[in-house]
Amino acid sequence: MQMSSRMKNLLTPVIAVLLGVLVGTIIMIVSGYDAIAAYTALWNGAFGDVYFVGEVVRQVTPYILAGLAVAFAFKTGLFNIGVEGQMLVGWVAAVWVGVSFDLPRIIHLPLAVLAAGVAGALWAFIPGYLKARFRVHEVIVTIMLNHTALYVTNEIIRSVLSDGKERTDMIAESASLRSPFFEVLTDYSRMHWGITIAIICAIIMWFILEKTTTGFELRAVGFNEHASQYAGMNVKRNIILSMVISGVFAGLAGAMEGLGTFGYAAVKGGFTGVGFDGIAVALLGGNTAIGVILAAILFGGLKVGALNMPLEAGVPNELVDIIIALIIIFVASSYIIRWFIDRISKKGVK
Amino acid sequence: MKKRKFGLTMSLILAAGTILGACGGGDTEEAEKEGTTGEKTEQEFSVAMVTDVGGIDDKSFNQSAWKGIKEFGEANNLAEGDGYTYLQSQSDADYTTNLNSLARKNYNLIFGVGFMMEESINEIAGQQKDYNFSIIDGAVDQPNVASILFKEQEASFLAGIAAGLTTESNKVGFIGGVTGAVIERFEAGFIAGVEAVNPDAEVEVQYAEAFDKAEMGQSIASKMYSSGVDVIFHAAGGTGNGLFKEARDLKQKNPDRNVWAIGVDSDQAAEGVVEIDGEEQNIIITSALKRVDVAVKDISEKAKAGEFPGGETSVYTLADDGVGLAPINDAVPAKADIEAKVAEFTEKIKNGDLEIPGTLDELKTFSLE
Amino acid sequence: MEYVIEMLNIRKEFSGFVANDNITLQLKQGEIHALLGENGAGKSTLMNVLFGLYQPEEGEIKVKGETVKITDPNVANELGIGMVHQHFMLVDTFTVTENIILGKETTKGGFIDIKTAEEEVRKISERYGLAVDPQAKVANISVGMQQRVEILKTLYRGADILIFDEPTAVLTPQEIKELIQIFKTLIKEGKSIILITHKLKEIMEVCDRVTVIRKGKGIGTVNVSETNPTELASLMVGRDVVFKTEKTEANPAHEVLQVENLNVKDARGVQAIKNLNLSVRAGEIVGIAGVDGNGQTELIEAITGLRKAESGRVKINGKNVLNFSPRKVTETGLGHIPQDRHKHGLVLNYSVGENMVLQTYYQKPYSKSGVMNFKKIYDKARALIQEFDVRTPSEYTPARALSGGNQQKAIIGREVDRNPDILIAAQPTRGLDVGAIEFIHKRLIEQRDNGKAVLLVSFELDEIMNVSDRIAVIYEGEIVAIVDPKETTEQELGLLMAGSKKKEVGENANV
Repeated sequence: MQMSSRMKNLLTPVIAVLLGVLVGTIIMIVSGYDAIAAYTALWNGAFGDVYFVGEVVRQVTPYILAGLAVAFAFKTGLFNIGVEGQMLVGWVAAVWVGVSFDLPRIIHLPLAVLAAGVAGALWAFIPGYLKARFRVHEVIVTIMLNHTALYVTNEIIRSVLSDGKERTDMIAESASLRSPFFEVLTDYSRMHWGITIAIICAIIMWFILEKTTTGFELRAVGFNEHASQYAGMNVKRNIILSMVISGVFAGLAGAMEGLGTFGYAAVKGGFTGVGFDGIAVALLGGNTAIGVILAAILFGGLKVGALNMPLEAGVPNELVDIIIALIIIFVASSYIIRWFIDRISKKGVK
Repeated sequence: MKKRKFGLTMSLILAAGTILGACGGGDTEEAEKEGTTGEKTEQEFSVAMVTDVGGIDDKSFNQSAWKGIKEFGEANNLAEGDGYTYLQSQSDADYTTNLNSLARKNYNLIFGVGFMMEESINEIAGQQKDYNFSIIDGAVDQPNVASILFKEQEASFLAGIAAGLTTESNKVGFIGGVTGAVIERFEAGFIAGVEAVNPDAEVEVQYAEAFDKAEMGQSIASKMYSSGVDVIFHAAGGTGNGLFKEARDLKQKNPDRNVWAIGVDSDQAAEGVVEIDGEEQNIIITSALKRVDVAVKDISEKAKAGEFPGGETSVYTLADDGVGLAPINDAVPAKADIEAKVAEFTEKIKNGDLEIPGTLDELKTFSLE
Repeated sequence: MEYVIEMLNIRKEFSGFVANDNITLQLKQGEIHALLGENGAGKSTLMNVLFGLYQPEEGEIKVKGETVKITDPNVANELGIGMVHQHFMLVDTFTVTENIILGKETTKGGFIDIKTAEEEVRKISERYGLAVDPQAKVANISVGMQQRVEILKTLYRGADILIFDEPTAVLTPQEIKELIQIFKTLIKEGKSIILITHKLKEIMEVCDRVTVIRKGKGIGTVNVSETNPTELASLMVGRDVVFKTEKTEANPAHEVLQVENLNVKDARGVQAIKNLNLSVRAGEIVGIAGVDGNGQTELIEAITGLRKAESGRVKINGKNVLNFSPRKVTETGLGHIPQDRHKHGLVLNYSVGENMVLQTYYQKPYSKSGVMNFKKIYDKARALIQEFDVRTPSEYTPARALSGGNQQKAIIGREVDRNPDILIAAQPTRGLDVGAIEFIHKRLIEQRDNGKAVLLVSFELDEIMNVSDRIAVIYEGEIVAIVDPKETTEQELGLLMAGSKKKEVGENANV
C-alpha cells in the first residue's frame, strides 16, 4: 500500500523530532552527560509540576501566534522574516494603551489587544506595499524592519513611555491578560488568558485560508500570480493583505508578552527570538493551523524544560538549542525523510 | 543583553552554527559542574544567581557575579550545584521562571543580575516570601529583597583622569552601550574626570545602542580614532571588544601612533596586548572597576550571618572598594602624574569632599570646589 | 545486420502500472524512424529505457547486432546513443562551447582548453550545417539555436544514433524547416535518427518508417511511403479520426468584439501592436495566423485586460473595456483559454474542482458572504468533468497531476460553461494529441453554432485553415490581410505571415 500524502506530511515532522532527540542523545553521551537524567530533567521542567505546565503554556502562547504569522504569509507565497519586528511594535503598542488609559476592563483590554494587532499590521504593510508596488523582495525589507522596529520601540520606551528609563510602568490592571484563576491553578505561573486568543487566532487562520473567498484568492496568488491575475484577482492587493494579516498575528504575539507575560515593555539590547522561533514553529507545523499549535507546544516545552536541565541534571541548557536546531535541520531536509518513507513503504509492497 | 541567542531558526547554516557555538560553550563552562545532581537537601545556607541573557561567560557582569558567588561558596565549604549554583536566561521571559525554579529548590538567597530583572524579582519576591532575593543594578522595594547599586561615576571619574592626562590631541572618546541610567553614570563621571585634570580636552560621546555588537564598537572606534581622538573609554560590554580590536590593529600598523583605550567592569588589561616586533605592548591604560563580585560576596556573607539587608538599597562606592581603578599600564608616559592625581581625588571622594555627578544634569553644575 | 538498434519485446512496469508492454522497435542504419503515440502512450518511457535511465523488466536491446545492457546514460553515450530532450539542459550564462563540453572538458595542464574545444565545435557545426556560433552565450540565442546546441552536444560526444523528443514543439515554422534540413544532413553523414512525435504531418514529410504505440502496447511498424495520415491516426488513437473538422457554413450576425486602432507595447517597451483593427461577429470563428512573436500575445493580453494598452478601443457588445481589469472584462462576457495553461490557465496546486471555479469562485452559489461553498463547487466540477471528458482520478486531484490534454479540457470546460459572448482561444491545442485536438475543435465550433463569437490564435496553419471562418494574418503587430480559408492556400498564408506579400486590406480589416 502506498502511504497517503497526508500520512507522510504527519510522519515527516515526527521523524524529524525523533532524529533530533536521537542525535542530541548521542551528543550528550559523547560529551559525557547522563542523557536519561537530562531528558528526565527536561520533562520535569516542562510538565513535572503544574507551575511548569503553566509556564509552558505561557511560552507556547506567543509561539503559536508567531508561528501563525509565518505560516499565513507562507501559505500565500510570502516569507515574512519580520515577525520579530512586528511583534515588538505590537508589544509596545499594547503597553502604550495599557499604561495611558484608565478604562473599564471590557473596553481597555480589547483596545490594547487591538492596538497591538493594528501596529503589527501597519509594520507588515510596509514590506507588503513595497513588494506589491515595486517588487522589492519582502525578505530583505522585513529583515531591515526588524532592526528598525527594535530601535524605534526602544526609543519610544525611553522617551515617550517613560522618563528616560529603560522600562515602562506596569500596565493598568484593566488591560492585563493576567489571570488570578490561572495563577492559583498553576501555582503562580505566568500563564494568562492569551492562550485563548492564540487558539482562536489559529482557528481564524484556518477559516480564512480554507473557507473564505479571500483565502481562496490569497492561496491562489501564493501558488501562481499569473493565473490569479488571469482569473481577475487583484494580485497586488492580495500580497498586501496577506502581509497585513500576518502582521496582525505577529502584533498579537507582542500583546501576549506586553499584556500577559511581562505587563510592561522594556528597552531591548537585541531580539527576543520569538519571531524567529516562529519560523521554526511554522516549518515544523507544516504551515497549518493545527500543526503550528502542536509545534509551538513542542518548542515551548523544550524551551521551558531546558531551564531545568542544568539545575537537575547538570546538563547545559544550550543542549536543547542543539536539539531544536537539529529538529529544524531534519525538517528542512524533510525531502530526505520523505525519500526514506517512500523507500520503506515501497519495500513493503514487494 | 550582551550575547544574543540569535536566529537558530533563520536557516540551516545558522542552525548548524548554533550547534557548534552552543556545543563549544557548553563543554567548557559546564566541565567543572559535572557530578552535580538534582535536589538540594541539606539545610545549610545556599546561594544562587540568575544571569541575564548575556550568559555566564560574558567577561563582564554575569561572570563577575558568579566569581563572587564561587568565592563565597568555596570559602564556606559549600558544594557547587547544591550549596551554590547559577541558571542562565536565554530570553527576558526566562527571568521569572528561573528565579522561581531556584526558590522552589530552596536556595536561601537568589541574585538577579541586571536591572532587566527588577520586575521579575519584584513579582517572585512577593510570591516567595520565605526566600531572600537580591537585585544588581536595580532597586526593588520588598522586605526580602536587597538592592545593589554602584557609584559607577566614581570609577569612571578616575578613568577620566587617566584619559585626560594621557591624551595628546586633547580629544577623548566615550563609547556607551545602551542608553540608560547605569551607562549615564559612567558617562557623566568620565567627562567630569577628564575636565578635572584637562579642561582643554573635548569628550566625544557615542552610543552603540547594543551591548553585544563588537563590530559596531569597532566602527565607532575607528571613526573616533581617525578624527584625532587618541584615548577611548567604553562602557559597552561586548561592544567594547571592538574598540580593543581597533586600537590593537592601529597600534600594529603604526607602533609610534598614540592609541589608547580604557576598559570597564573588570581589569581588561589582557585584551590590550599587541605583539610588535616580538615585543609585547599594551594599549589599555587601565580599567574602571565595578566589583560586582565584591558586592555579591558581601551580601551573601551578611545573609549567612543573619544580617540580610532586606528592603534596603546598598550602594557600593570607592570608599568600600565596590568600585575602583585597575593598575595603570607601565607604558603610559604620564603614569606617575595619573597615579598622583588618582590618589589625590580618591582621597577627596572617600572623604566626601567631592561628589561625582551621576547624571548629565548633575554634570552641568559640577565643579571641583 | 542492417539494424543499428533493436529493442525487442521491451516491458517496463512502475509499481503495478505497465508503461511499456511488449514493444519492439528496430532502427535501420541511415533512416529517420518515427515513434508515434498519444500523450502518455509510453514513448518517453521507451526512449528512457534506451538511454539507460530505466531498466526494462523484460526484453532485449541490441546495438549493431550485439546484446547490451544499458545501465545508465554514460553507457548509452559510449554506445553512440545521444538524446536531444524536449526541455533543453543548458546553462544560460555559459557560452555554446562551454555548454557542449560540460562534463567532457578537454584539459591542457589542468586547465580547460577552450580554444581547442571551440575549434572542434566549429568544425562539427560546419560539417552538419548547424551554423552555431561557438562563442555565443546561450541566453542570447534563439530557441532554435539552443536546440542545435543540444544536437551539437550529442555529436561532440560521438553519437551515431540521435533520439529527438518532440523537437518541433518549441519551434517556429521556419525553424522547423531548417531542422528538417539538418535531419537530412545528419542522415547523409551516416547518422540514424529516432523521432518521438505525435505530429502526423512531420512524419509524412521526413520519416522513412514509423513505429506506433498505444497505451503502452506496440501496435506495429509501417513504411511511411505505404501509409497515410488517416491510417496513422487511427493506429495511434485506436479508432477513426476525422481530420477535416466537420462544420456547416458560418452564420455571422452582429459584431461582438471590436478592436479599433489598438496600440500596445511589449514588456521591453517596444511597440508590439500598431493601430490594429479587428472584429469578430457572433456565430463565426476568426483565426489569427502568424509566426510567433508578431504581437499575438500582446493583442490577447490587451483585449483581456492583462496588459495595459497605449491607446485605441476594445469593445465587447459595443461597450469599451479597454484597460479594464481582467475581472471586469471577463464579466462583460469574455472567455479566455490562455496560451500558456501552466502559467495562466491553472493554479496547478489547486484541485481540479477549485480550478473549475477559478473565474467564478466569488459568485453565488460558490461563495456566499465571503465564505466558500465547496460542496457546490465540487458538484459543479463533477458535472464539468463529465461533460468535457476530463480524465482525472477525482475532482479533488491537484491539476498538476493531470495530463496536458486533460488540463486543457478542464480549462475549456470552465471557460465554455460560463457561456461567454466572445471566446478567445490562444493555442488551444498546443502539445496535445490528435484525439484531444479533435475534441477541442468540435467544442469551438459548437460555441460558434450556438451564436457565440470565437477568436482563435494559433501557430499551426492546419488548425487555422480547418477551424476558422475568416483568417486574419498578423505581421509585426498589424493585421496585414483578411482571407477566406476556402479561397486561400497554405502557401499564400505562409507568404503573408512572412510579411513578403502585403495584401490590400483596406476596409476589409474593419469588417
